[in-house]
Amino acid sequence: MPAGEPSRVNAMRTEAMAEFAAAGFPTTRNEEWRFTNLTPLTKVAFSLPGNRPAVTDPMLHPWVLPGTTCRLVFVNGVFDAGLSNAVQLPAGIRVESLAEALRKGDAEVLHLLGTLAPVKGNAFAALQTAFLNDGAFIDVPDGLTLDVPVELLFIALPDVQPLAIQPRNIIRVGTQARLSVVETYAGLGTGVYLTNVVSEVFIGEGAVLEHDKLQLEGGGAFHIGSTWFRQGRASTITSNSIALGGDLVRNTVTATFAGPDAECTLNGLSLATGDQHIDNHTAIDHAHPNCASHELYKAVLDGASRGVFNGKIFVRQDAQKTDARQTNKTLLLSENATIDTKPQLEIFADDVKCTHGATVGQLDEEPVFYLRARGIGEIEARDMLTYAFAADVVERVHVDALRDRLNDLLHQRLRAGRVSTARS
Amino acid sequence: MLSINDLHAGVNGNEILNGISLEVKPGEVHAIMGPNGSGKSTLAGVLAGKESYTVSKGTVTYLGKDLLGMAPEDRAREGIFLAFQYPVEIPGVTNSYFLKASLNAIRKHRGLEELDAVEFLQLVKQKMKIVELDQSLLNRPVNEGFSGGEKKRNEIFHMAVLEPRLAILDETDSGLDIDALRIVADGVNKLRSKDRSVIVVTHYQRLLDYIVPDFVHVLMDGQIVKSGPKELALELEERGYDWIKPQAERSGAAV
Repeated sequence: MPAGEPSRVNAMRTEAMAEFAAAGFPTTRNEEWRFTNLTPLTKVAFSLPGNRPAVTDPMLHPWVLPGTTCRLVFVNGVFDAGLSNAVQLPAGIRVESLAEALRKGDAEVLHLLGTLAPVKGNAFAALQTAFLNDGAFIDVPDGLTLDVPVELLFIALPDVQPLAIQPRNIIRVGTQARLSVVETYAGLGTGVYLTNVVSEVFIGEGAVLEHDKLQLEGGGAFHIGSTWFRQGRASTITSNSIALGGDLVRNTVTATFAGPDAECTLNGLSLATGDQHIDNHTAIDHAHPNCASHELYKAVLDGASRGVFNGKIFVRQDAQKTDARQTNKTLLLSENATIDTKPQLEIFADDVKCTHGATVGQLDEEPVFYLRARGIGEIEARDMLTYAFAADVVERVHVDALRDRLNDLLHQRLRAGRVSTARS
Repeated sequence: MLSINDLHAGVNGNEILNGISLEVKPGEVHAIMGPNGSGKSTLAGVLAGKESYTVSKGTVTYLGKDLLGMAPEDRAREGIFLAFQYPVEIPGVTNSYFLKASLNAIRKHRGLEELDAVEFLQLVKQKMKIVELDQSLLNRPVNEGFSGGEKKRNEIFHMAVLEPRLAILDETDSGLDIDALRIVADGVNKLRSKDRSVIVVTHYQRLLDYIVPDFVHVLMDGQIVKSGPKELALELEERGYDWIKPQAERSGAAV
């Protein structure tokens, strides 16, 4: 237990450890994990990151977003002040290491920590909490706007021993406040490791948040990411989750409307090939009236990769005038690629609009012919259409530097109508 | 320029074209008319290389080459342009990106230098005026959210930029009001030249008031049953298609 840290934090760890020990990893008999078999993960003996590996600025170069002036860098889950550049922030706005905030016994952090991520019934949240150590703490007080995006860069350096890297992020956007955050998870090199990250995000009344997540873990990596949003009245969030790396990936995004008149947009894009497995679970809880949720998750699957999409929408009895729309589209580039897609709508109010749709298939031949009939080669035509399919999600990212980066990544990864494994 | 000889083609074993022969010389405008289901669009699709059609018999020679052996993109690069009856919407690809890729693929094939962004924009601005197309449509996804008339004008705009040797207009007049029809026809007329040939596929004579053809052919049941000068179109307009069929059968029987 780090010096200065309130004993309550350690009590949370102990409790979470007991929960995890009792429950263990979920199996495919658990409906939530039906399509994602964790056996490869459970067979690995993970170690906690030890001595901080030597990471230098040039090594970060491929991963940092150009021009960002507010960046926290974490190496194997631990904050690295030397690599970070959280510059002058407007008075009152905090962007700092969670470990640091805990050591200071910060009341705000202690008040928020663990209120969205349950350790009961959630093995990975329990495991993360049991080893709770570091991550990012962002606090934008009421009425303030942070004009520049906050970049959280989590760098993993695989070791001889498989590492378990488990960051926790606490993000609070106050009443009428505004924030954009980009979480990037990048693996430097190939090797077995686990990233198990939990982000708890609190959005105040009338607040506006864009939360972008770029997952570029290395080959051999397991990535389990759980993000919870709790939205106050008339708040607006956009979550863009882009998954390009890792071998076995599970992203869970949960959004709860804690007040009326709020709006939530969840977008996702997965690109996979080889034997990558990328599972996206979303859950939106319409617990209050007159809220809107829009969801667009897309996947481009090649090789023998597997995708999973499960989109839950609860509309509670009081949540009249709910407007919920869910779309899941998957492009299969190979005969061996598969997707399991499942909308899950539970509606208890009567005056609501809820739509969902899923499409799975190959490129339409009509546009391919249209492009070819104008002189564009077949491979180039397929490239262009595959790129356009994926770029549809990328265009929804409003952080310019990230959108440019994502467009570059799509051009790198989508070649000759295939998904390439090229990792920078 | 184009020589079609006894062309038979169809879809999934159903023959739609039953032996078409047609000669198109440089600078000529040919109208192909006929009732619904007569095979007009199939002919246009076969010439452009649509792979869902199977050619079972016959030859098509274009500029001395075997057209049927060429991939669709090679036909386009050699100067064939099909204005689609139903232009395809392509979300995520902007009109200008598409057209630049298209133009540069064709230029490259012809040994010309590819145009850079500035040169392309200059060219495009000038060509857009021909069909009175709003410049905002350049940066929108191809055909997505375009009105019916905008889609058709966009096709003629593409044609103006790509400068084909042989343009095939597949029912470009369908769904157009009279103003849009005039704009489209003006666009085509501006592109008429002694080296460029046009095949106008249409159901109605109306378009031919504006794009005056050198020859009119009547297609029925996959065959050209009558050919004549432009006045034939007027006769079809007055009398419909029914009078031709028995006559054609009679002449067929007499052979």
